[in-house]
Amino acid sequence: MRHLMSPLDFTTEELDKLFDLANDIEKSPEKYAHKCDGKILATCFYEPSTRTRLSFESAMTRLGGRVIGFSDANSSSAAKGESVSDTIRVISCYADICAMRHPKEGAPMVAASKSLIPVINAGDGGHQHPTQTLTDLLTIRSLHGKLNGFTIGLCGDLKFGRTVHSLINALVRYDNIKFVFVSPTELRVPDYVTDMLREKGIPYEEVIKLEDVIGDLDILYMTRVQKERFFNEEDYIRLKDFYILTPEKLSLASENMLILHPLPRVNEISVELDDDPRAAYFKQARYGVYVRMALILTLLGLS
Amino acid sequence: MLNVGKIEEGFVLDHIKAGKSMDIYEHLGLDKMDCTVAIIKNARSKVMGKKDILKVECDINTLDLDVLAFIDHNITINVIKNGEIVEKRVLALPKEVRNVIKCHNPRCITSIEQGLPHIFFLADEENEVYRCKYCEEKYTER
Repeated sequence: MRHLMSPLDFTTEELDKLFDLANDIEKSPEKYAHKCDGKILATCFYEPSTRTRLSFESAMTRLGGRVIGFSDANSSSAAKGESVSDTIRVISCYADICAMRHPKEGAPMVAASKSLIPVINAGDGGHQHPTQTLTDLLTIRSLHGKLNGFTIGLCGDLKFGRTVHSLINALVRYDNIKFVFVSPTELRVPDYVTDMLREKGIPYEEVIKLEDVIGDLDILYMTRVQKERFFNEEDYIRLKDFYILTPEKLSLASENMLILHPLPRVNEISVELDDDPRAAYFKQARYGVYVRMALILTLLGLS
Repeated sequence: MLNVGKIEEGFVLDHIKAGKSMDIYEHLGLDKMDCTVAIIKNARSKVMGKKDILKVECDINTLDLDVLAFIDHNITINVIKNGEIVEKRVLALPKEVRNVIKCHNPRCITSIEQGLPHIFFLADEENEVYRCKYCEEKYTER
C-alpha cells in the first residue's frame, strides 16, 4: 500500500504517469465520473484549511465517491486526547483513503505507519504540503508544456514559504532549470537550499527587485510577504511594494510568462491582472482538483 | 597517578571526549547491568590532552555500538579476552538512531504523540547531520 508524504515519494516517471492521468481527466471527465463509486475519502483536518479540504472533497465527489471527515481538531476525538495512531486505526475502518492535515510536523507519517488505508499528507505544519507541489508541477507541465528547460522566478517570502522550498526540491530533479529568487534580504531563501543548488550545479540568482529580472522569466511564482515576518514596520513598509505584481512590472515580462500563486492572494498580485492571459493562478486551483483526482485513483489502484 | 587494574574479559572504551563518559554509561545502560565498570575521567592523553575511559567486564555483544558511534565515533573499542586485547573495533556513524535523542522541534508530532519512538536518520555523513524522521528538523545538542 502506498501513501503520499512528500512530493519526492514519486519518481519523475511516476509523476509523469500521474500527470498524464490528470490531463486525461481534464480532457474526458465523464470517463472518470464513476471510478470511485462506493469508495469513501476521509478528510481528517486537525486545523482549518478550507481550500485544500474542498479541493479534496471536490476531487472525490467528481470521481463518484463520498466524503466523511472533520475540519478542525475541536470537532474531532483529538479534543478528547486521542492519539493520531488511534484515530487513523478507527478511520481505516470507516473509509478507503484518508487526506490528513495536522499542525504537527510528521503527524501524517505517524498515521501512515498505523493505517490500513492510503494516507495523503494534506499539509503538516511548516513541513510538507505535497499536493500543492503536485498542483504546481501539473500546472507548469500543462500550460508551459514541459517540466524542463525554463527559468522560474520565485518571489516574496522565500524563507518561511514551505510551498517554495517544496517546489524547488521537486524541480531540481528536472533538467536545465534556472532559479531566480526575488525577495527582501530578511526573507531570502535559506542557505541549505542555495548550498544544495550549488552542489548540484544548478544555476540560480538572488535579487531584491522583481523588475530587474521579470523580463528573463518563463514562470513567475508569487507568494505573500507577511507583515509579521519583519522585525519592524519601517522595513515592511519600505519593502512590501517590491513584491507586488502590478501592470507596470508585468509590462516588462515576456508575452508567454506564466504567473502562478498557491493562493490565497492578499494584495501581492494586482486584481487588474486577473484577466491577463498570463495569469494562471485560478487555473492552478483547477489543476489542484485534477491532480488530487489522479492521486486518489493511483493510491486506490483504480488508475 | 591513579591505577585501575586490568580486566580479564570485557572491553575498554578509549579516547572518550573528556566529560562524556557518564553520558555513555547511561546510554549503554551500564547502570542496569550487574558487572564491574570502571569510569576514568580526565585521564592524561598525548593526543587529546584529557580523555575519559570506560572499562567494562561483560560481553561486548551486549553493547549497542550504534548508540556509541552516534555519541562519538572517534571512540576506540578494545575487546579483551584473558587479559589481552584481541580485537580493536572502529565505529562508523549509524544510518539511524532510535530512542537515543529526542526531537527539540516543538511543532514535531513527537512532542504530543505518546509511545512514538524517537527516530533520527543520518542526512549528511560528511557534516554528521542527523534529522528527525518525522519533521526532518536537524538535531542540535542543547
